Amino acid sequence: MWDYTDKVKEYFYNPKNAGVLEDANGIGDVGAISCGDALRLMLKVDPDSEIILAAKFQTFGCGSAIASSSALTELIIGKTVSHALELTNQDIADFLGGLPPEKMHCSVMGYEALRAAIANYKGDSWVDDHEEGALLCKCFGVDEGMVERAVRVNKLTSMEQVTHFTKATGSCSTCIEDVEAVLTRVNSEMVAAGDLDAELAYNPARNALPQRRDRVKSSPLGTAPKKELTLLQRIRIIESAIEELRPYLKADGGDCELVDVDGDRVLVKLSGACVGCQAASVTIGGIQERLIAKLGSPLKVIPVPGH
Amino acid sequence: MRPVYLDNNATTRVDPKVVSAMLPFFTEQFGNASSMHAFGSEVGSALKTARGQLQALLGTEFDHEIVYTGSGTESDNTALLSALETQPGRDEIVTSTVEHPAILALCQWLQKNRGIKVYYTPVDSRGRLDIDAYRKALGPKTAIASIMWANNETGTIFPVEQLADLAHDHGALFHTDAVQAVGKVPMDLKTSEIDMLSLSGHKLHAPKGVGALYVRRGVRLRPLLRGGHQERGRRASTENAPGIIGLGVAAELALEHMQDEQTRVASLRDRLEKGLLQRIGNAFVTGDAESRLPNTSNIAFEFIEGEGILLMLNKEGIACSSGSACTSGSLEPSHVLRAMKVPYTAAHGAIRFSFSRDNTDEDVDQVLAVMPGVVERLRSLSPFWKSGEKTSFEPTYA
Repeated sequence: MWDYTDKVKEYFYNPKNAGVLEDANGIGDVGAISCGDALRLMLKVDPDSEIILAAKFQTFGCGSAIASSSALTELIIGKTVSHALELTNQDIADFLGGLPPEKMHCSVMGYEALRAAIANYKGDSWVDDHEEGALLCKCFGVDEGMVERAVRVNKLTSMEQVTHFTKATGSCSTCIEDVEAVLTRVNSEMVAAGDLDAELAYNPARNALPQRRDRVKSSPLGTAPKKELTLLQRIRIIESAIEELRPYLKADGGDCELVDVDGDRVLVKLSGACVGCQAASVTIGGIQERLIAKLGSPLKVIPVPGH
Repeated sequence: MRPVYLDNNATTRVDPKVVSAMLPFFTEQFGNASSMHAFGSEVGSALKTARGQLQALLGTEFDHEIVYTGSGTESDNTALLSALETQPGRDEIVTSTVEHPAILALCQWLQKNRGIKVYYTPVDSRGRLDIDAYRKALGPKTAIASIMWANNETGTIFPVEQLADLAHDHGALFHTDAVQAVGKVPMDLKTSEIDMLSLSGHKLHAPKGVGALYVRRGVRLRPLLRGGHQERGRRASTENAPGIIGLGVAAELALEHMQDEQTRVASLRDRLEKGLLQRIGNAFVTGDAESRLPNTSNIAFEFIEGEGILLMLNKEGIACSSGSACTSGSLEPSHVLRAMKVPYTAAHGAIRFSFSRDNTDEDVDQVLAVMPGVVERLRSLSPFWKSGEKTSFEPTYA
């Protein structure tokens, strides 16, 4: 079940301005029955003041499509045509208290219907730039053609860039694989045509690498070869590593001292501001990471209570 | 007002008798069936009884023909992957365009990533399989043919026995996804040509999270999950004892209610269907009315969209489902209705009512009272519905 806001439900169950506007002088039709969504927006515009006096809609579609259509009419009645054109689909969604990401396209349909109806009023025609290839990103209504165009024209070579240019994958990100496939294909076509350096082309294998959750870029064990050390050497290295850290802790009003080294357990005492600090575990983690890198062997830093 | 639940093909209410049979196996008899102590052996004998109960519903001869799984989907995946693995040299699958995603998505993945050739047998406008196309698709390279026993959206029943026979002509295995059929139609697998059959507990008043794969004696099976020796090494995982025991009781109850399902439940469905078509114009039944599950009715209401219908019915306490794009998270209407070439004008407005033995005459009355108003209201909002025109009782498609 979709998580609709009360306002969406209210505008679905009791839509305002539903029906045919007999004396409309601007009509916009968007969507199609094949897509499962279609909206006819009818406007009555005062030719002198250009104020939208009345607006009505007929919608074939889901609950949020009907609610978005009704919200749109509420938002534009009383506005001038040029004011109304400043509305975005986000305004429609906001008016309804938000829409589920998968339903954002319903607000996009309202936005497009408004443009179509105003173009019709002005005697222009409005060209729908949708429905080119498969719809990839349902949240923002981005189809394959839009992604391909953005990639070619702007020489995009990363998923982040595609999101910035088209919004695709920007919300629920369930379409990430589909968008990735388009980016990969278009980039390789661009390389083949000599429009893009092969080095720069998007490489999906690189993105499939597992990513570390924490700030560690690589395992500290991976960078340091294991060294054969005497206990004294180990303790000296540990002490000097802690010494290097102390100025930073002191700057925050804290401190740290080595209590004991027991095999691979390093006992330390945190004092001053470090005690009871929310970030103490981060501090311990930082010390541990540093010691592992210096010693080249796994160990565990354990804080012990102060006296 | 009592809520009206008519979405039993999605899931069913767990029968209270099933729940009470399961409960001791959470708290008292909680042992691992493999353990060498009393806790384990108590569970072991209860599992044996449960297996016998499921065997009785399916009409199987040997207890080892049942492999418990976690879901219908797992059973389907196991069957297809095993068939490919046990028959090197056979790298083709024959299935249909109207299968459940548990089969279709796997087939698409096998095509893309394993180079498997998949034939999707089409259906006609009433959802009946094109037998000639099926026959032509079978060949010496076919590893397995997998055709559902009954379709989940329209209830259309496929002639699985004949289809299995045809597959065997080519030395191919035959699997059927019987998730919607088990418990609703009588089965006698000991006399059947079917090699593998998938079922799921929660469609027959057992809990979610338990399913089974029937594997006919002699059919080789490669496990999907490797690990312990459970299910004779064919499905490793500690037995889901409460689930399996619940499924056993549910199977026994299904057998008891089979007659009721075939008669009373079917007549409830028929009364709803007739009543709706009398009251509402531009609507038609999809699927094969001659050969259908007794509990399922799929009606397409032209020029309106399913989600709106569901939301309005929900407000009146009526639960059913829709093949519409908007309810599924995808933007395409039901692949089943598209495969049947139901036009878009109607496919988006198709509503599935699925009954169970829990339903009553009052449920039907309530839907008949509410539905005409809902359809009329949504049609008045639809730009494709010509208001003022006399409502036609002839759909533009039938």
